[in-house]
Amino acid sequence: MDNNILLDIKNLHASINDKEILKGINLTIRKGEVHAVMGPNGSGKSTLSAVLTGNPAYKVTEGTVSFHGKDLLSLAPEDRSHEGLFLSFQYPVEIPGVSMVNFMRAAVNAKRKYLNQEPLSASDFLKLMRQKRAVVELDNKLASRSVNEGFSGGEKKRNEIFQMAMLEPQLSILDETDSGLDIDALRIVAEGVNKLKSEENATIVITHYQRLLDYIRPDFVHVLYKGRIVKTGGPELALELEHTGYDWIKKEYDDLY
Amino acid sequence: MSSISQYLTLYTDNREAINSHSSELLNSGREVAYAFLQDKQLPEKGEEGFEKTSIEEMFAPDYGLNINRINIQVDVAASFKCDVPNVTTLLGVVVNDMFVPTATLLKNIPEGVTVMSLAKAAKEMPEEVAKYFGKVAPGDNVNVALNTLLVQDGVFIKIAKGVKVERPIQIVNIFNTPAPAMAIRRVLIAAEEDSSANVLFCDHTQTPNMQYLSSEVVEVYMEANSHIDICGIEESSAQTNRYSQIFVKQTDGSQLYINSSTLLNGKTRNDFTIDISGQHCETYLTGIAIAAGEGIVDNNSNVNHLAPRSHSNQLFKYLVDDKAQGAFEGGIYVSKDAPFTEGYQSNSNILATGTARMHSKPQLLIYNDEVKCSHGASTGQLDENALFYMQQRGIPKSMARTLLMQAFMSEVIDTIPVEGIKDRMRHLVEKRLSGDYMLCGTCQSDCHKQ
Repeated sequence: MDNNILLDIKNLHASINDKEILKGINLTIRKGEVHAVMGPNGSGKSTLSAVLTGNPAYKVTEGTVSFHGKDLLSLAPEDRSHEGLFLSFQYPVEIPGVSMVNFMRAAVNAKRKYLNQEPLSASDFLKLMRQKRAVVELDNKLASRSVNEGFSGGEKKRNEIFQMAMLEPQLSILDETDSGLDIDALRIVAEGVNKLKSEENATIVITHYQRLLDYIRPDFVHVLYKGRIVKTGGPELALELEHTGYDWIKKEYDDLY
Repeated sequence: MSSISQYLTLYTDNREAINSHSSELLNSGREVAYAFLQDKQLPEKGEEGFEKTSIEEMFAPDYGLNINRINIQVDVAASFKCDVPNVTTLLGVVVNDMFVPTATLLKNIPEGVTVMSLAKAAKEMPEEVAKYFGKVAPGDNVNVALNTLLVQDGVFIKIAKGVKVERPIQIVNIFNTPAPAMAIRRVLIAAEEDSSANVLFCDHTQTPNMQYLSSEVVEVYMEANSHIDICGIEESSAQTNRYSQIFVKQTDGSQLYINSSTLLNGKTRNDFTIDISGQHCETYLTGIAIAAGEGIVDNNSNVNHLAPRSHSNQLFKYLVDDKAQGAFEGGIYVSKDAPFTEGYQSNSNILATGTARMHSKPQLLIYNDEVKCSHGASTGQLDENALFYMQQRGIPKSMARTLLMQAFMSEVIDTIPVEGIKDRMRHLVEKRLSGDYMLCGTCQSDCHKQ
């Protein structure tokens, strides 16, 4: 087996409320790669991220997903996280009354427990928080507030990348992390992602726009349409889509099936 | 037959014994109460204001009453340490229905502050106690009359004019008897002009498998510009039932804060009747309820605005688990004599299981056009999106649930004015929600050890 394979999705079908959204996804991601997933609204991009992370609203009806050799679909959402899967949410959830510090400490220490490591001491933890905050220039004030509560759209997205930095995942899925960001925030977020990139981890970037891909250079671009990956190419495919839109893909595909 | 009849019989059978152990003042109300109770019964489930709890049923079992004032294990008082972080309280312990002062209380009680046994106070300074005994609680309330009929002790707290008590006054009510028992207590809190105090009540049960009934009437009289904070924490047992009635009379410029938190109990009913009879008063009435097993937590409030320009706010939050039931009936009454009133109320509840039930009934009775009033009630489940978000970050589901429940309660806990008590509440709620409430902090007692 190819040791560099991080994620291997085979013929993945999934539905919500008995409506099939994913209709046979095949995708292989190796360490060090960046994959962009693009596609028109409603094609199943966010469903793919939800299914991979174990959102209970979705039901997998067929197919397998292997994550560095483990059967991902058999794991609870928290264990998928401990195994190194991270999702930057399109709409980060506000949790009034739970402070960022408590939230992050619970997350970090749960992972350490899973890996049979001692929990971090208070001072080590705060040091880690400080260090990782710098990655996305996240204000200390935000870190002491409730999770995402009262954060601006940009702050929420930066907070996602901050959490990603804290948890050091092997595979990160950025679900429309660019939506709602101004140019400066986009740059900060993208730079944060790039700083965290290594030969050992990989990233899936779900986006509508080429814009983000100017900052985070993908190795592969996939077009998702009607629950299947209908086209795969290099970065030039994203540029092409930026100019031509999805119509030609829809046409080609609708003719095909 | 009404459950009251057994108490009337108990009284007639033991009239002499009861009177001989009490002072003239406490005895003075008994005959009137006895006559009044003849054809009465306690509220039954389904009656107006008692939609979920039957007081009749609660009082029906034949509990033992300590008629002959036998001292039971008063030494538990010494071993008991209901910790308030970083605060040394003025601690009084009520074992069943008997007030026991502690050494620290006797040593540290400041000038102008009285915290003592009601029985003793009624004996030693009857004129003083007579000013407040039965003056705020209405004699024609059936449970108040029952309390008056049988009461032998309780607590007398008085803060003299202008005195600001720094240390919280802490009253710990403990059940500890070798047989099922009922404790009837009367608590009087009198705050003279410009005085201020914090009072903390902690209710515990030391023998968790014994059946208990706690029946308490609290009368609070607040003179002009006085400031009283009352926090009550019930952490008893599934076999302990409780009926508590708090009556408050507020006069001009007085500020009242009440927090009533039920963390562990059997069946609990708390009544709050607050008469705001002065101008520019502030009233905060808050509560937390964590109901589990087959328990019931039922809070009923009547905030009565009887004079202009006062402000009241009610905030109650419930977490109802297992097959438990929660009930909140919250009233704001604004009389025609109370223009420029502001009265608010909010009740939100989480049902943790499909079998848990919540009954929420806000009531606003407004007889005045110049008012600002609102109420809101909501009942729902934990936020699924938040749960998944936390799980995605690696927080196990059970812990995520606990964190969300704590967060839900924090809005109420944050209103507690005394930092030490706020910290303690946060700690207790955290322990309760994570399931290890068996060990309550540094306390040496064995109340929750099974």
